[in-house]
Amino acid sequence: MSPTISCDSVYKIFGANANKLLADSNGSVDAKQFQDAGCIVGVNNASFDVEKGEMLVVMGLSGSGKSTLLRCISRLTDATAGKILVDGEDICLMNNKQLVELRREKMGMVFQNFALLPHKTVIENIAFPLQVKGVSTENSMYKALEMVELVGLKGRENYFPRELSGGQQQRVGIARSLAVEPDIWFLDEPFSALDPLIRKEMQDEFLRLQGVLNKTIMFVTHDFDEALRLADRIAIMKDGIIEQLDTPGNIVLNPATDYVKKFTEDVPREKVLKIESIMDPKDTNASDNLKVSKDDIIESVAEKILNSKEIIKVIDPKDSSEVGSINPSKVIKVLFGG
Amino acid sequence: MDKNYLETIRNSKPAQFGILIFIFLILYFLIPQSENNYLWRLPSVLKGIPLAINNVIFNALYEWFPLKVWDPVFEMYEEKAAFREFTKAVSQGLLFLITVVRELLLGGDKIIDVFVSDSWLKENDWLSWPALPWTATTVGAFLLGYQLNGIRLGLLGGIGALYISVFGNYVPSIQTLSFVLITTPICFVLGLSFGIWGYLDKKVETALQPVLNVMQTMPQFAYLVPIIALFGLGDHAGSIATIIIATPPMIRNTILGLKRISPEVVEAGLMSGCTKPQLLFKVLIPAARRDILNGVNTVIMQCLAMVVIASFVGAKGLGLNLKIALNSLKIGKAAEAGLCIVIIAVILDRFTKAWADKQKDYFENLTFFQRYKLLIIFAISVVIFSIIAFISGGYFDKINYLYVIPIEKGLTIAHYIDGAVDWVWETFFYSLNSFNKFLLTQVLGPMKHAYLGMPVIATFTLAMGAAYIVGNARTALIVGGMLLFIALSEYWDRALITMYMGSFAVIMASLNGIILGSIFGRTERGGRILLSFCDFFETFPSFVYLIPVIFLFNITDTSVLIAAIVYATVPATRYTVWGLKSVPLSLHEAGTMSGVSAFQRWTNIEIPIAFPTVMLGVNQTVVFSLQMVILGALIGTEDLGQIIFGALSRTKDGAGVALTLGIFVSLIAICVDVIVRNWAEERKKALGLA
Repeated sequence: MSPTISCDSVYKIFGANANKLLADSNGSVDAKQFQDAGCIVGVNNASFDVEKGEMLVVMGLSGSGKSTLLRCISRLTDATAGKILVDGEDICLMNNKQLVELRREKMGMVFQNFALLPHKTVIENIAFPLQVKGVSTENSMYKALEMVELVGLKGRENYFPRELSGGQQQRVGIARSLAVEPDIWFLDEPFSALDPLIRKEMQDEFLRLQGVLNKTIMFVTHDFDEALRLADRIAIMKDGIIEQLDTPGNIVLNPATDYVKKFTEDVPREKVLKIESIMDPKDTNASDNLKVSKDDIIESVAEKILNSKEIIKVIDPKDSSEVGSINPSKVIKVLFGG
Repeated sequence: MDKNYLETIRNSKPAQFGILIFIFLILYFLIPQSENNYLWRLPSVLKGIPLAINNVIFNALYEWFPLKVWDPVFEMYEEKAAFREFTKAVSQGLLFLITVVRELLLGGDKIIDVFVSDSWLKENDWLSWPALPWTATTVGAFLLGYQLNGIRLGLLGGIGALYISVFGNYVPSIQTLSFVLITTPICFVLGLSFGIWGYLDKKVETALQPVLNVMQTMPQFAYLVPIIALFGLGDHAGSIATIIIATPPMIRNTILGLKRISPEVVEAGLMSGCTKPQLLFKVLIPAARRDILNGVNTVIMQCLAMVVIASFVGAKGLGLNLKIALNSLKIGKAAEAGLCIVIIAVILDRFTKAWADKQKDYFENLTFFQRYKLLIIFAISVVIFSIIAFISGGYFDKINYLYVIPIEKGLTIAHYIDGAVDWVWETFFYSLNSFNKFLLTQVLGPMKHAYLGMPVIATFTLAMGAAYIVGNARTALIVGGMLLFIALSEYWDRALITMYMGSFAVIMASLNGIILGSIFGRTERGGRILLSFCDFFETFPSFVYLIPVIFLFNITDTSVLIAAIVYATVPATRYTVWGLKSVPLSLHEAGTMSGVSAFQRWTNIEIPIAFPTVMLGVNQTVVFSLQMVILGALIGTEDLGQIIFGALSRTKDGAGVALTLGIFVSLIAICVDVIVRNWAEERKKALGLA
């Protein structure tokens, strides 16, 4: 099956002569050189796929081009060059009508500063995408009420955005983006404007929702911890270039560049790595008393493993077959280094 | 002189200004005053412009693009200029709309005349739309206010309407109101459309800016003569003049409101799957609702400020009554008419502001009667009061007081006001007169003389030099170019008089505003009270300020200048308060911990930080002052305004003269604007506020 989103050599360059400069450069774009010519490079040769049901987190500091990349894929801005396929169709070639259709059927987006319509109540904001689509008032309200319950805002349907806290506003933003039941869900730094405690709570809520809904997700953040917590795979961006795109475990274990390394250095590995990444091959001496899943995060099972003081079997949670073994000494090494 | 010293001068603005003034003074005293000396006065090579403009207008009206039009009376085709047919259609359309609203409220048979034959109408006396009794109007004003913002606004509306009716100003007030009710929606639609267009297309916005600048700074009088030439006299001409004045702020408010919407909200609209029209009507305009409705408020205020000026081109109503009273020096009558305009302005102002702030409750679940309760009460009261008025018609002799109280039968306090004015005159005549004399002979006279004695080269050096110091060579060239246009006309001396009056008013008003704002604006409470005073004074139409001063100081420059100073103090005060408010709390705390005294706080912290904002206020002061100075021609001054005003009676080249001189005044205002704005921007940058 083809991937849900597929990007092939996507460039976004801001400035008057962007097209001409890009054509002259033959695909190798130097940000500095372009800047001297009066152009700013937003996205530089991005190629990657996002599979159905996968959550790709795009992580980068401000100005790294992560939001620009997201806006190219939702076509809020037009990519300067490259192909962006959504379910096999190149969205860069779509006309306005097709684009409106695509957004009404397949896409939902959550914004950093919530972007709620100030003149509409909670329920009207959530029903808005349905109403512009032409759904009857009764049906759209019914659906919107369902969404209100899903994000836990029951009882506040008739509040105006200004009467809600930041966390509540973002819940409305999330409900609105989900109202049309999109396949693809874009989230642009959705929790960055929130207090740390609320942010943690919203991340939990988000994981719960994704557990139920199983959407294809592109999630943009500047917070590396958030990326590690949520992602199936992480793309780390710097100056418009994707420095590394891999699973959280592989990024922590094998940072591809010095830049990526700076982020991973202080990350406690046991909180990121799965048992899979440190397990040994099957061992006949392994104890039968305890089994751990290969997908378990080390930290969550470390105490059990260390208490058993034996080599333990590792199984695949799908079919409970034995896939390897784990030695407590390995766990100690991850926990305390050396 | 060593190098460091030169470097200091190059970087010090005060030193540069010092040198500039030194050069200015040298030029001032060295250039001989002789008509043949081009350094003293430039030759008026642009003398022909007014006539040329005039020719263009008349050519468009009578010759350009003739159409063959069937004349049903003479049963033949006639050649008529297309443009003239167009202006005729516009005039008649507007006049028809105003008449409809007027007759709906005041009664009459002009509208019925459209549908039935003349003779039939004359034979049947009953064929006339009945007037709405003033009692019903009063109830209506109360209910509308109540619906918008509760009992207090209701009382304001009701008592206002009651006062107007009982004092016999019902008919002219309704005439004025109908004028406002037709003009405002037109300004709204035009302003909104151009605003949206400007928002959507950057090029349009860039093109609109200078046009709006000229439209907003041009004295209102200047439009009148061309309008008479194009559209004739009548209520419609007043309406057109008002549309020209009141549409620019609507456009600006719309663009401002749309620009303030966060880009994320626009993106959210797009990602919700909005088509372009949906984005415009469901996201952009509702999100900018408050700014747009504030624009409507400004439009209404401008309409009321225009009623007296509109009466010069034939608009009926309170403005006309006020003008007549002023011309015949009946202060009491003028004050009463002025008071009615202020009352209408205050009511409409509060009503529209309440409307702008009102949030719709989408979820109230009301029955038909609950929802339309007030409308039903209004309808019932109209019926009841009409019946009462009809029945009582037999009781009263000739005049039915329950329909309309005519102006000569209404209550009046005019003679008390006249008495008070007489008393002030008799009691303070000596002191007022000597103050007036002192001001005229010791201050204004010499100042005027000094301005008129300024060689043209000195004026240019000063203006362009200042523009260069605060801006760059380009700024200086813009200012120089605009002044050159005036200097090459035959009206340079008149322009100098306008500049003298304008600059005197601007300096005094700015000082007043900054001092008032600084004294009261330092505390939250004081600032709020002062701002509400500003709101109140701003609802007074400009000419209302002229009424008291004429009677204190007669028809002299003093009267006009005092009116201008009072009028222009409002924006200076307002912006000073805003500027002081913008000083961050942390800076105040840092100052307090450094141990500043109150005065040190003012000079070292508040004024420098507030400066860019205060300068924007000064900018407004310039526009306000010039408006009032030109308006002063109404009572007789001898600057540009007088000629613009005089052009009203010059049919041959009046339109061209008025437009040309109007543009001159506008250019003077824009020159000051360019210099002040550059200065403010530069300070902003230096403070890191930009």
